[in-house]
Amino acid sequence: MAKTMETSQSQTERQTNGTGSNEKNIVYKTKELNLWYGDNQALKNINLEIIENEVTAIIGPSGCGKSTYIKTLNRMIELIPGVRTAGEISYRGRNILDKSYEVEELRTKVGMVFQKPNPFPKSIYENVVYGPRIHGIRDKKILNEIAEKSLRGAAIWDEVKDRLNQNAYGLSGGQQQRLCIARCLAIEPDVILMDEPTSALDPISTLKVEELMQELKKSYSIIIVTHNMQQAARISDKTAFFLNGEVVEFTKTTKMFSKPDDQRTEDYITGRFG
Amino acid sequence: MAKELAGRSVQEMISEKMQSKRQGTSLERIVPILLFITAAVSVLTTIGIVLTLIFETILFFNEVSLKEFLTADKWYPFSETQASYGILPLVSGTFKVTGIAILVAVPIGLAASIYLSEYASDRARRIIKPIFEILAGIPTIVYGYFALTFVTPLLIKFIPGLEIFNALSPGIVIGIMITPMIASLSEDAMSSVPNAMREGALALGSTKFEVAMKVVLPAAASGIIASIVLAVSRAIGETMIVAVAAGSSPNLNWNVTGSIQTMTAYIVQVSQGDVGYGTTIYYSIYAVGMTLFLFTLLMNFIAQFVSRRYREEY
Ligand SMILES: Nc1ncnc2c1ncn2[C@@H]1O[C@H](COP(=O)(O)OP(=O)(O)OP(=O)(O)O)[C@@H](O)[C@H]1O
Ligand SMILES: [Mg+2]
Repeated sequence: MAKTMETSQSQTERQTNGTGSNEKNIVYKTKELNLWYGDNQALKNINLEIIENEVTAIIGPSGCGKSTYIKTLNRMIELIPGVRTAGEISYRGRNILDKSYEVEELRTKVGMVFQKPNPFPKSIYENVVYGPRIHGIRDKKILNEIAEKSLRGAAIWDEVKDRLNQNAYGLSGGQQQRLCIARCLAIEPDVILMDEPTSALDPISTLKVEELMQELKKSYSIIIVTHNMQQAARISDKTAFFLNGEVVEFTKTTKMFSKPDDQRTEDYITGRFG
Repeated sequence: MAKELAGRSVQEMISEKMQSKRQGTSLERIVPILLFITAAVSVLTTIGIVLTLIFETILFFNEVSLKEFLTADKWYPFSETQASYGILPLVSGTFKVTGIAILVAVPIGLAASIYLSEYASDRARRIIKPIFEILAGIPTIVYGYFALTFVTPLLIKFIPGLEIFNALSPGIVIGIMITPMIASLSEDAMSSVPNAMREGALALGSTKFEVAMKVVLPAAASGIIASIVLAVSRAIGETMIVAVAAGSSPNLNWNVTGSIQTMTAYIVQVSQGDVGYGTTIYYSIYAVGMTLFLFTLLMNFIAQFVSRRYREEY
């Protein structure tokens, strides 16, 4: 037991590339994570450390397990029947894969923004205050404050402040996505997971969401899956390259995009890959 | 890829077919006419029925004043000396039974639909849904005798004052009858709420139950309300169950343990007896039928209004 711990520890160190992280500012520590959909293994021996107030990008070809990994971080993966996991993901020092970790509690700490904007078919205001409401905040004044703060935080306040009571589906796709970010900010999470949040958006909306992320990383830790290399290079501090369910390389983004250690990484980011 | 198939290109084959379609009397021209005729037949029949209803109702009101019909509190059509035609007792009978049916069917039907759409496994759903359809196919006369010979004796054990004919037992049984309808239609409405919405709510730390109540239910509201309105119409128009188990005493009161008469049951009673053509009693069934028709029409308008008002776009 002690021995396996040791090997996984050293592996983690190697993969995180010794970027001077101390235990305190580590948000997620993934150790030897394996995941199967039925008999099909989608994640193999993943070791990753996510650091506070950084943007971590996950890149890799289609089907390599990016969404699977990010959905494991807030246990949304459990919604899929037949999923099995082995290994450990500790969030702020506690293993979230442990069944005693209450999933609702985890998800109030770890927000998620989806690939396709998915506002509720309610008013803009109701969308934003949904989270605080179900977690027991009833005071109208406080809810109003939360709504304004979150919408400002998601850089959409000016566009919607005069139409808070209109249906969210009247907004454009880019606005809907920022509304979903606001909805997520409203419960003041610690981490925000984003799975290709701009892939359904036009370039201008994409730019707005990217600028927003730069702003958000001052107070949140962000993990983002993206197929857009430029986006990963522009916005992230660290990048993980996934391939066939494994982490090939995990390092500082600047290094990843200038002189990656692994040939496969270089092939992928230069577009010489299947 | 070979461009030639059996010596001809696909484009050639298509244009040949187009050519033959253009010539002669094509099916394309007859079909819309046939379809129009079938549509017209059903519309005309409906108009005919409504017109008959209106004419006979007018004949009724030649003999009985509209004021008496709407305000008198007694429905004594068979009395030789002091016949009274106040519709209220019949309306109250219908409302009692319908009200009880709704109290039974809405909570159970909604709970069942939430279970089916949010909790049940595919297997359970595959077993339960067809059972609902079977329940919907049971003839109402069977429900009627079920009310009279099973539910009423059972209720009498708990409610000693309950009469053999009463509003409670057929009300409950109509409720049982329309429950699968509410459950099934509401389940359809809830199942069509996109999963992305459930995921959005779960990712904010909602429990499954919160997702069902705060996200899925409101998103499916228009479909759910439509299913309830449809069920209410069914209950208002239900005839056999009340004719068998509710009695034939039109009473204007709040009591549900005694014998009542609904509008539908009255029509059955008159058409079974040997009432002469052209008598006031004969015309009265049209006036009652008209009232019934107006109620169901009203329900239809409510359904349309509500589903427009509550439509949640997504
Ligand atoms: N619900 C599922 N059931 C079974 N297998 C799945 C399921 N979802 C994903 N997989 C499999 O797991 C592997 C990883 O999928 P995943 O969705 O994580 O890829 P991805 O990296 O996010 O791809 P993309 O870039 O296309 O979104 C794939 O081989 C996929 O076929
Ligand atoms: Mg994906």
